[in-house]
Amino acid sequence: MKVVVCIKQVPDTKGGVSFNPDGTLNRAAMLAIMNPDDKAGLEAALRLKDQYGAEVTVLTMGLPKAADVLREALAMGADKAVLVTDRVLGGADTWATSTTIAGALRNLEYDLIITGRQAIDGDTAQVGPQIAEHLGLPVISYAQDIKVEGDKVIVERLYDDRYHVLEAQMPCLITALAELNEPRYMTPGGIFDAVNAEITTWGRADLKDVEDGNLGLNGSPTKIAKASDKVRKGAGEKVTPDSPDEAVSYIIGKLDEKHVI
Amino acid sequence: MDFSLSKEHEMVRTLFKEFAEKEVKPLAQEIDEQHRFPRETVDKMAKYGFMGIPVPKEYGGQGCDTLAYAMCVEELSKVCGTTGVIVSAHTSLCIDPILTFGSEEQKQKYVVPLAKGEKLGAFGLTEPGAGTDAQGQQTKAVLDGDEWVLNGSKCFITNGKEADVYVIFAVTGKVEKRGRIMKEISAFIVEKGTPGFTFGTKENKMGICASSTYELIFTDCRIPKENLLGQQGKGFNIAMHTLDGGRIGIASQALGLAEGALETTINYVKERKQFGKAIGQFQNTQFQLADMATKVEAAKLLVYKAARKKDEYKKDPKVSYSVEAAMAKLCAAEVAMEVTTKCVQLHGGYGYIKEYDVERMMRDAKITEIYEGTSEVQRMVISAALLK
Repeated sequence: MKVVVCIKQVPDTKGGVSFNPDGTLNRAAMLAIMNPDDKAGLEAALRLKDQYGAEVTVLTMGLPKAADVLREALAMGADKAVLVTDRVLGGADTWATSTTIAGALRNLEYDLIITGRQAIDGDTAQVGPQIAEHLGLPVISYAQDIKVEGDKVIVERLYDDRYHVLEAQMPCLITALAELNEPRYMTPGGIFDAVNAEITTWGRADLKDVEDGNLGLNGSPTKIAKASDKVRKGAGEKVTPDSPDEAVSYIIGKLDEKHVI
Repeated sequence: MDFSLSKEHEMVRTLFKEFAEKEVKPLAQEIDEQHRFPRETVDKMAKYGFMGIPVPKEYGGQGCDTLAYAMCVEELSKVCGTTGVIVSAHTSLCIDPILTFGSEEQKQKYVVPLAKGEKLGAFGLTEPGAGTDAQGQQTKAVLDGDEWVLNGSKCFITNGKEADVYVIFAVTGKVEKRGRIMKEISAFIVEKGTPGFTFGTKENKMGICASSTYELIFTDCRIPKENLLGQQGKGFNIAMHTLDGGRIGIASQALGLAEGALETTINYVKERKQFGKAIGQFQNTQFQLADMATKVEAAKLLVYKAARKKDEYKKDPKVSYSVEAAMAKLCAAEVAMEVTTKCVQLHGGYGYIKEYDVERMMRDAKITEIYEGTSEVQRMVISAALLK
């Protein structure tokens, strides 16, 4: 069984956010981590490796320093790593990204592709399903549990108030939630091996069956008009009324003051 | 001279730090108060290979270097001195001598499960009358047919009752050395559960309260002849060699305690207000923090240098790291005691309360000046090298 996990290096939410003049993220200037949903997807794949001896390949698209998350994945137990990096791929929106990743995946053998539900920087949740669409694969999103039976996967798809149990024939694509599992730590020996491990690096020329017009900033239908850091809300006002009646009259007073009522 | 860390060392530090924050820190206060050995943490550390970091992969270890191991003990000790010493005693004092002096059979039988963390290791040299003076050993081992018969006791043994494999030193005869009759000391591997091997008192300690510190008692304890570690009569050399490495572990523990206390205190002085401003805005606080940070950095360089030197020794046995290890331990232990004490002072009355981590860190720091060679012993080692 062969599993490919698509992972993304995202800004560490503990660090600051920096933008390029064109409104895209200045990734080079930010501390970076493996996207949490992707890490859960990787853990799910590694459990398939533990259970069925699956071969796990991790794939990412990004700047050369995105190799760091690939090495982290190798240190957790992934077998192979592929970095897709090329200047012409920069500034890609979800369409151009999924086109690129699908172009890379066409070079790989797989029974299962796992992506995270969404990345904490873009928060679109589009890339995974788009990859499946490009490759003509069934997709099950928002997986909170994954089981393999023969050549089928049985997945619990999570909704706000319920989950659906879905079965799909492999090959297929699953998008994973961070809630899926508790990802394992790297091991010290895994790290020492990962640092010296070979990472397959592909550029534009290695992508299969893709058109230049669908790649990078130029191939992105989404244009960012403006980007800014989130404006933080004020600390608010805290009141401790003595009775429910007093609380109600205070709230009514405030709503009246703001002309809400 | 390059002071920057390699990529792999940056990554292992991230790993150890994350593990320490998530898995070790939440338990630190509780296990200290309850004097409870953190078996669940040891099991997790075993799962992720922390119990055999500098051990070659062919013996079940992680195949990393001494610096990575030192960083592990350092990061664990930043949040819990007890967890740091569990790893240190297991790795430096039990695995290392078997790996260095053991036969291939002994390595396969003992190092492999120890390095995988399936078993826990301990080291028994100290006796009631033999601390710094290792020649004061009273425990005896007599060969009787195919078995050694051990009689005597060991005290203050870290991982005491929790360990499965023990490296034990005992007197096996007398030898003449430079005209003096000396005790011949040999090293042995003893397994828990061997008839005649029992535990005495559990020590009620000032610090590292969750570590299992016990007296070991041997009463006609018969162990197989092949459990002699190294050559008969070479026990003293084995002990001294082992303690050289152990000092890097304890120096790392001391360094971690000092760093942990300093980090905690930096956060505290930013928040604690007196006379209308954060106490970190007073020059007294600022200068004390500056002095502490400088001393911690100096200790760190000595610890990392000693670890590096041990790695050089692994490639070339002619290299000695004894003096570097002694300097690292001497400096880091004294810095740990000084820094943790000052951190308690900067916390004021709160620093004296058990809810605040610096209270525990100060108690934990004291032992680093005492065990695996007191600061006085380190000065003896260093000065002997200077004057030879």
